[in-house]
Amino acid sequence: MTALTTLSLAQTAAALRRGDFSSRELTQACLARIARLEPALHAFITVTPELALAQADAADHRLAEWRRLSPPFSSFANGGGPGWGLLGIPIAVKDVLCLKDVRCTAGSRILENFIAPYTATAVERLLAAGVVILGKTNTDEFAMGSSTENSAYGVTHNPWDMSRVPGGSSGGSAAAVAARLAPAALGTDTGGSVRQPAAFCGLTGLKPTYGRVSRYGLIAYGSSLDCVGALARSAEDAAIVFTSMAGRDPQDATTLDVPVETITIRDSTPLADLRVGIPQEYFVAGMQPEVESAVRAAIQTLEALGAVVEPISLPHTQDALPVYYIIAPAEASANLARFDGLRYGPRQPADGLWDVFRNTRGERFGAEVKRRIMLGTYALSTGYYDAWYGQAQRVRALIRQDFEQALARVDVIAAPVTPTTAFSIGAHGDDPLAMYLEDIFTLPANLAGVPALAFPVGFDSRGLPVGMQLMGPHFREDMLLQAAHVFQQATEWHKSSPMV
Amino acid sequence: MLEPIIGLEVHAELETQSKMFCACPVVDTTQAEPNTAVCPVCAGMPGALPVVNRRAVEYGLRVALALGCEINLASIFARKNYFYPDLPKGYQISQYEQPLARNGRLVISTSQGERVIRIRLVHLEEDTGKLTHVGQAGPAYTLVDLNRAGIPLLEIVTEPDFRTGEEVRGYAQSLRSILRYLGVNSGDLQKGVLRIEPNVSLRPAGQTALGVKVEIKNLNSFRALERGVAYEIQRQSDLLQRGERVRQETVGWDEAREVTFTQRVKEGDEDYHYFPDPDLPPLVIEAAWAEEIRAALPELPAAKSLRFREQYGLNDYDAGLLTAEREVADYFEQAVAAAPEAAPKMVANWITGELFGLLNQAGTSLRECRVPPSALASLVGLVSRGEINQNSAKSVLGEMFTTGQSAESIVASRGLRQVSDTAAIAALVQKALAENPAQVAAYFGGKEAVAQWLFGQVMRAAKGQANPQVVRAELTRQLAERKD
Repeated sequence: MTALTTLSLAQTAAALRRGDFSSRELTQACLARIARLEPALHAFITVTPELALAQADAADHRLAEWRRLSPPFSSFANGGGPGWGLLGIPIAVKDVLCLKDVRCTAGSRILENFIAPYTATAVERLLAAGVVILGKTNTDEFAMGSSTENSAYGVTHNPWDMSRVPGGSSGGSAAAVAARLAPAALGTDTGGSVRQPAAFCGLTGLKPTYGRVSRYGLIAYGSSLDCVGALARSAEDAAIVFTSMAGRDPQDATTLDVPVETITIRDSTPLADLRVGIPQEYFVAGMQPEVESAVRAAIQTLEALGAVVEPISLPHTQDALPVYYIIAPAEASANLARFDGLRYGPRQPADGLWDVFRNTRGERFGAEVKRRIMLGTYALSTGYYDAWYGQAQRVRALIRQDFEQALARVDVIAAPVTPTTAFSIGAHGDDPLAMYLEDIFTLPANLAGVPALAFPVGFDSRGLPVGMQLMGPHFREDMLLQAAHVFQQATEWHKSSPMV
Repeated sequence: MLEPIIGLEVHAELETQSKMFCACPVVDTTQAEPNTAVCPVCAGMPGALPVVNRRAVEYGLRVALALGCEINLASIFARKNYFYPDLPKGYQISQYEQPLARNGRLVISTSQGERVIRIRLVHLEEDTGKLTHVGQAGPAYTLVDLNRAGIPLLEIVTEPDFRTGEEVRGYAQSLRSILRYLGVNSGDLQKGVLRIEPNVSLRPAGQTALGVKVEIKNLNSFRALERGVAYEIQRQSDLLQRGERVRQETVGWDEAREVTFTQRVKEGDEDYHYFPDPDLPPLVIEAAWAEEIRAALPELPAAKSLRFREQYGLNDYDAGLLTAEREVADYFEQAVAAAPEAAPKMVANWITGELFGLLNQAGTSLRECRVPPSALASLVGLVSRGEINQNSAKSVLGEMFTTGQSAESIVASRGLRQVSDTAAIAALVQKALAENPAQVAAYFGGKEAVAQWLFGQVMRAAKGQANPQVVRAELTRQLAERKD
């Protein structure tokens, strides 16, 4: 049965519709693989086998109905059209997205007993499309981190090298997909948390446009930056997940009413005259040479496929890091105020109300979370607000402007995702700044709100995957996915899997 | 000489169907079972997001426009951060630097004449939950009810334009009346749906800098409001005259002892770490929508009072009394229209005198009253045509009020219709004069008071149903005839 887990999502969907195997058989295969690999990998915080099998049975029922009523299966061999591409497909969900009646920890001890009373819109939409949820994946606490080392539930290991991190904060989702525990997974990307783990684990990871996928039910970190994204083994697979969950949600006032055209990935379209900009600021001294050479080689491949490459400049790139580390913590300081010991989870013993707040938060938030709450609280203080938060917002506008100006000249921007490949567990243990620097290439897209897609373009000498990202105009995820698909038609990088 | 400087913050719950940022119903939080009107959004569940209730914005705009404010076409919701058990998110969504509206005014009348109170701002926010502290001593605990959390709240802040408790009360009553006219708030101070919080400071007359201010809470009636302010002025004035200092604090009003007591001492201004709520885009008001709302505003109490004075010839007092509540004003106008032969002043007197008396006694409101305006109009018609006398009419109204029967049927069944037929009355007068020659002689002998006794004889003979004016006129006429 292990063979079932080697198929891509699109292939799996077609096989389910043909009746090659049932969703229950597939789900059982995934659960068996989870049972075998989880002890070493630790991609999940919570596995939900009963729920998954019940959903699989319901999907099998719908699949049988579909087969009874539908035209010859052959016409659905690849993709199958909207609404059917996910029926019976097992996925994993990052443990910051609420699923009714299932524990949702956000990687934090402060939520260790929190059972979500409702389901996040993005998850709800996938459930409506018929997905099977295998469980909730590991994450840095409240999505604050780049390695999953900040999870209160233990670190996740990179399936390509178990001594290394899978990236973060969606590291559990990335490890699960890379280790073929699930064909796809949901992650969230506030400063690179989908793309960086995708790069570290050799996956395709989409951070959609801000406001494209509902945040309702996503435990907030940096509300003006948070995006729900997809991790998969190809652009085609990522597109299926993305289109099923995108679109305006009346429960999230920041979603926009831009129609989600069904993204039809075309196999044969060359990248005719796609203008690709290469930002000079993303090739910096100190980056791992193998990362730079793999990315430059990938750019040449794009060129060979018909793209027109030109150098561009995003002059405020270096400001993204300080701006991000003011805005995201400021928003987080308010978003995490609700975890006060009175609700949701355990309460530390205390004498009186203020000690309940102090002791619960003091004991149950991890060091990185407390660090960011303090940073954010400071940035919003009266007398400092304008110098910190106000100034950060003004510079953020300049970063957004960089993208607007560049994307007036080129269609997409190609750049590395990370300066290095996956680092060793514990490598940045005592150095938060070194950890923050992991995100320097991913932060700008979040601050500008533009979509970005990471995908594998090679390996370093240790056999660790290297990723590249394409960034594009607001709401043009389709352009990024199509370009990456054409690249993936011509290359094999995305087909490699770790030997686990 | 110390001068009191008083400003007012009013929090009015907006009585919309649903809450400010979610679909939960707005319930009477003094009645509903605790925590029954709650969802992930108003309970501040992780991941839940707010969405603005358009109707709450409309209600807010009604008030802002009625107070003559400038509407801010792009206002901003901010997060006001503080920890408290009644605040489930750890922040309140409120407006801060960019409120819904600014720069309004309300003209109030006081014993010293009209005063203009400037409105600094009107902004939208969400209410907090309600805490009930259990146990005075021993292992006390606190119950949290989130039914109120997220109910739309309109904050209306004045400039420090008040100098006396009377002015504060006048403003609060006018504002309450406007809110009720606009159908956005019941104005129930007891239930706390309308909360009036004055801040009081004193300064030497002529000084421009403001003194240390004290905010007063728990003012659950207009009487408490006026007394609380007066008390606080006196307390601060005593302190300052003794050479002591006023402490910046929030005090509560103790209704029973009629004193204020310290609730919370403020050490400088608290830092709420305000910042724009990233979950809510700027609240954009289309000018056309605001204009539509402005055009649909009802006639407000001040304008209506002026019109009542001009159109119905009422005095200030009656016009004010009749227009304080929209339903009373409507009742009056309907009754006047149904009683064209009666003077509006007379209709007004029957409403503000007898009818209000009955309502007060019964403890009910005009809405539940069994005497519709048309029925009151027929009663007043009977009186003004002289068909029943004033005293009978009062007792008839009493019966109408309890039974809901018409004036006509009560008058008929009780035989109260008074005789105004001059011929019949003339006969009764003639009979009385003929039967009492001694008294008639005494009258002509100069004892004019005897006329009153003769009047009584006629009324008795008529069993009280003769029109007294006609009787008096006929008696005077026949006595004069005899004299000749």
